[in-house]
Amino acid sequence: MSSTFLGMPAVPPRSPYGTGNLRGEHTFPAAAHDELRNEQLRGNLRKATRTIRGKRLDVTGELPDWERLRDAGAAIKTDTMNRLPELLEQLERKVVEHGGTVHWARDGAEANEIVTRLVEETGSDEVIKVKSMATQEIGLNEHLAGRGVTAYETDLAELIVQLADDKPSHILVPAIHRNRHEVRDIFRAAIPGVDPGLDSVPAHLAAAARAYLREKFMTVPVAVSGANFGIAETGTLSVVESEGNGRMCLTMPDTLITVMGIEKVLPRYQDLEVFLQLLPRSSTGERMNPYTSLWTGVTPGDGPQTFHLVLLDNGRTAALADRIGREALNCIRCSACLNVCPVYERAGGHAYGSTYPGPIGAVLTPQLAGMHAAKNDPNSSLPFASSLCGACFDACPVKIDIPSLLVELRHQHTEQADTTVEKLAMKAAASVMKRPRLFTAAQRAAGPGGRLVAGRDRKISRLPAPFDGWTDSRDVPAPPRRTFRDWLASEEGEATLRAAAEEGARTADHPHQEENR
Amino acid sequence: MRIGLFATCLGDTLFPDAVKATAVLLTRLGHHVVFPPEQTCCGQMHVNTGYQREPVPLVRGFAEQFGDPSIEAVVMPSGSCAGSVRHQHRIVAERYGDAALADAVTAVEAKTYELSELLVDVLGVTDVGAWFPYRVTYHPTCHSLRMLRVGDKPLRLLHAVDGIDLVELPEADACCGFGGTFAVKNADTSTAMLQDKVRDVLSTGADVCTAGDSSCLMHIGGGLSRIKAGTRTLHLAQILASTRTSPCTLPETEAAAR
Ligand code: SF4
Repeated sequence: MSSTFLGMPAVPPRSPYGTGNLRGEHTFPAAAHDELRNEQLRGNLRKATRTIRGKRLDVTGELPDWERLRDAGAAIKTDTMNRLPELLEQLERKVVEHGGTVHWARDGAEANEIVTRLVEETGSDEVIKVKSMATQEIGLNEHLAGRGVTAYETDLAELIVQLADDKPSHILVPAIHRNRHEVRDIFRAAIPGVDPGLDSVPAHLAAAARAYLREKFMTVPVAVSGANFGIAETGTLSVVESEGNGRMCLTMPDTLITVMGIEKVLPRYQDLEVFLQLLPRSSTGERMNPYTSLWTGVTPGDGPQTFHLVLLDNGRTAALADRIGREALNCIRCSACLNVCPVYERAGGHAYGSTYPGPIGAVLTPQLAGMHAAKNDPNSSLPFASSLCGACFDACPVKIDIPSLLVELRHQHTEQADTTVEKLAMKAAASVMKRPRLFTAAQRAAGPGGRLVAGRDRKISRLPAPFDGWTDSRDVPAPPRRTFRDWLASEEGEATLRAAAEEGARTADHPHQEENR
Repeated sequence: MRIGLFATCLGDTLFPDAVKATAVLLTRLGHHVVFPPEQTCCGQMHVNTGYQREPVPLVRGFAEQFGDPSIEAVVMPSGSCAGSVRHQHRIVAERYGDAALADAVTAVEAKTYELSELLVDVLGVTDVGAWFPYRVTYHPTCHSLRMLRVGDKPLRLLHAVDGIDLVELPEADACCGFGGTFAVKNADTSTAMLQDKVRDVLSTGADVCTAGDSSCLMHIGGGLSRIKAGTRTLHLAQILASTRTSPCTLPETEAAAR
């Protein structure tokens, strides 16, 4: 490669088109249209998100310094992003110092290639997996399968999803869209040797999964994990989980391969004190998660004796290059924003078409994978999949201003999109509204027409496209006889305001009379 | 106090009663309401739909119309428009305007209030002397609640209204599903959100659902009207402007007429 300086650095690459799980097949409105009909999904989501919302509010409300913890989390993450390259190199040095090997993967395809090669080198054709967003994002399991390696998901919900050949719909509760009867059917069909009389009692289902997984923990020599945090100062990696399956994967096998998005690095060991409070309280509504595993390279005679860390970019540097959008990299994947999102609650996770659903997914996915990679790229619909209600911003433990990021991405989209009917309409509307005379003329012109369409009951029940979606479920009131400004300029307006002033003066003069009214 | 009234394009054109009520209320409280005649629109719809170049003249127009230092405060009967002025105008001005515009925006943003903020924080009143003898439930719109952080100010104002039967709205802080062009672009999801909101409103048995934003009320009201519910929507200003001398009359609904 030439080392000549070529001027401006190229825009860093996004996750390559057609790889991994960062783009759905349909736009959000189209996908949501189908998902909204799924009563099971809506019921489960409603119940689950509400329960977890309440729990989260209880355990965040009880901390007197919760807001300051959020500030600290945001500050540490922002500092991290500002000096990401130096921190990553420090992390690499420390991991190597402690006997690990570090690999740099530009994108998902490279990461898949690296992990598969490492597995093949061990001679095993099986791996056990800790629930991980990063490997989900790059489609590692599918890639491994293509090379004859079977990956076993060991998180209960991930296992359900995997056995059903399904996709996760929630960051934390991947099988949130399934009920226990469905889980029973999935287990009966897919777990080898399972009791054919298995019922849908949750404890029995968990026992069936446990028996199946236990055998894998004992026999499979390679594990693949993600990481919640990677500490630059010490080279320590961390996984935070609830079921203990992670602990098994991280300690039992001979070889551990961890795939970590480069934004997961933290500068200091001490920073964990902030994040180990923020994460469990925001995600599961627990004060502390049951299992927190920390490991630093290799410890002779204890745990995996071969450790590989794969640092994954896959569009993260591209996101980092965006002055505004980079804030999304601060995300610690707690899923609080999903659980409070009214759009997610109705449409469900699959409608986003990405490993990252919900509010954060709507900003992160387009940044990692782009939103103009093809004509009518489904990702370009994601920033619009929000009513901008702001509940996500309030819930986010690292204070990511998701609504502002959505607005920014919408802007980036309209800047890149070709001239559309909408763009022309927006231009036309602005040019009318910036000329007060034209604006008032337009107001007057719209009135009679609107009233005519509305008819005697003074409401409009059917509008033409693209507004027909509105009138499918809502009426529009007929325009009033007079605009406010016309009223104000009228005799009636003047008289009304005079009367109000007089009434006010009367009450001010005789306040007691008013009190006795 | 000399108060500049921004009618908002939606209020001026489609919901003048809410703007009238704002003017009447402030006048009754002894303030001088001025209406800069060249005002049009804050540009919120443009920005929220992804257009930031187009609204530059709107942002400029707003700053020019209300920049006049003799206007001590600017009020608008809309939480989302106030939110746009306070949070978005600067972004637009800094990106596509010039330094002079950014300065003008900063000056006008500092004196811009949504109605309940103006009343409680600036004018220091919660009892505005209103009378409204109906059952009312209040929907705190998202932008009032989470962008402007008006908190319980609207409720304190409503509590002080004589004769009112104020009932709590279940899941009040949930979005009604409007979201500007969201309601059109994602009509199905928006409808699902609206249905839940309408169900919660109806469960209160209220005569009136009120809020501080005509756009959300248009959405909720449109849903109520479609199912011919007996509950109507009125802007908070209309309730606060209502007195024994000049009471607000409830709009007819099809259910009530039946
Ligand atoms: S954006 Fe914030 S709330 Fe959402 S998953 Fe990430 S850290 Fe959690």
